[in-house]
Amino acid sequence: MVDQVLTIAIIVGQCLLIVVPLLLGVAYTTWAERKVIGSMQLRQGPMTVGPWGLLQPIADGAKLFLKETVVPSGANKVVFLVAPMLTFILSLIAWAVIPFGDGLVISNINVGILYLFAISSLGVYGIIMAGWASNSRYAFLGALRSSAQMVSYEIAIGLIIICVLISAGSLNLSEIVRAQSGDGFWYIFPHFPMFVLFVASILAETNRHPFDLPEDEASLVTGYNVEYSSMAFALFFLGEYANMILMSAICAILFLGGWLPPFEMAPFTWIPGPIWFILKICFVLFIFFWARATLPRYRYDQLMRLGWKVFLPLSLLWVVLTAGFMLAFDLLPA
Amino acid sequence: MATALDRAAKTFLLQELVSGFWLTFRYMFRKKYTLNYPYEKGPLSPRFRGEHALRRYPNGEERCIACKLCEAICPAQAITIEGEPRPDGSRRTTRYDIDMTKCIYCGYCEEACPVDAIVEGPNYAFSSFTREELFYDKEKLLANGERWEREIAANLAADAPYR
Repeated sequence: MVDQVLTIAIIVGQCLLIVVPLLLGVAYTTWAERKVIGSMQLRQGPMTVGPWGLLQPIADGAKLFLKETVVPSGANKVVFLVAPMLTFILSLIAWAVIPFGDGLVISNINVGILYLFAISSLGVYGIIMAGWASNSRYAFLGALRSSAQMVSYEIAIGLIIICVLISAGSLNLSEIVRAQSGDGFWYIFPHFPMFVLFVASILAETNRHPFDLPEDEASLVTGYNVEYSSMAFALFFLGEYANMILMSAICAILFLGGWLPPFEMAPFTWIPGPIWFILKICFVLFIFFWARATLPRYRYDQLMRLGWKVFLPLSLLWVVLTAGFMLAFDLLPA
Repeated sequence: MATALDRAAKTFLLQELVSGFWLTFRYMFRKKYTLNYPYEKGPLSPRFRGEHALRRYPNGEERCIACKLCEAICPAQAITIEGEPRPDGSRRTTRYDIDMTKCIYCGYCEEACPVDAIVEGPNYAFSSFTREELFYDKEKLLANGERWEREIAANLAADAPYR
């Protein structure tokens, strides 16, 4: 009995240990995004609530929490309310397999990367449920765009991941990171074109600029979440940003050497692995914000052309090149 | 051949993308243009035409002599004046109203005034919750004059060489 209680307590503790910092991270990701984009547009960003506007995300959260949840009369109530929860939950459960440091992982499963891939594919359900249940044409169009977009770019992401898998010889995320240790052999260097494609693909996968067509303000008002308000909207918002952080973490693991320091030397090895991991996540998140401040939105046909006619053949070519190279020089991991 | 190669190189090395990203990155470190209103405010010209005020002479006598030139020139007909001689024989107003909801802040009243009595001061933050608060009477205008006299006098002096 005591054993069972202890086991459950440990599990709950682990969940809290990940979820609470993650939600704080999400809150301050929105703050950082507004600051970075503000700087690039020669503005200051939020400055009024707290020093440098540091309390702004808390004020925003409180505002959303205190508002009323409006369910449209034509909406399918159950699906309408389940959709934001699904989006949010899916963005959280993926963190179970992310290794924060050597051995610092909740569930060290052998097919971690497949699990992540499956969860991120499920993410489209939350959006299409929201779009369908809202009973609104804008929401529905946004959901359709989103699902088509995510399906298209997942194919490119899958092929890019295969390149990394061939090099690492494992689907376990910790093993993938360990395969990158020593001599600065992060996969960003041999697989640099794939890194560029991967970053662009995760922008599309998380519906971020310049591929944010599902929530295109100009043509769809705000797309699939147009009918949502209050906490339901906040859950979509948190889900989207948690997904951004998750994708950045995957990018850090696959290409930037996870928790490994850039050089196996004194000043770098003093900093613990999880800090390196978080710094790398921040770097990829910065690319997200940077792209948003720099690039105009794609047209939908351009988006599809890029996904199917550029990313897919390029990543397929790189898979063949990687496999051929490894085979020719007998570098394939056992 | 060479141009095709150039174009291909530009496409595959993402030249335009890189230059765009580099531009926004450089802008990130530029000085910000933000003015933290209401904590910081922009500069105002001495000729700025804001809230109206009726001024007094240094000895406390009100300047306005009820000549009604401002009332006559006001294109929005926002000014209403009634005047009569005081016991000491000088003409003074008994009523001086400006409907601030009609006023278009053209500054003609100020230009028309022969004694620099009605002026538009540097105050632009006088919004109110009710419409009635914007119907200014003589008392309110004189109070404005007392409150803003220092700034108004300085602005008039600064602008004097150019008129």
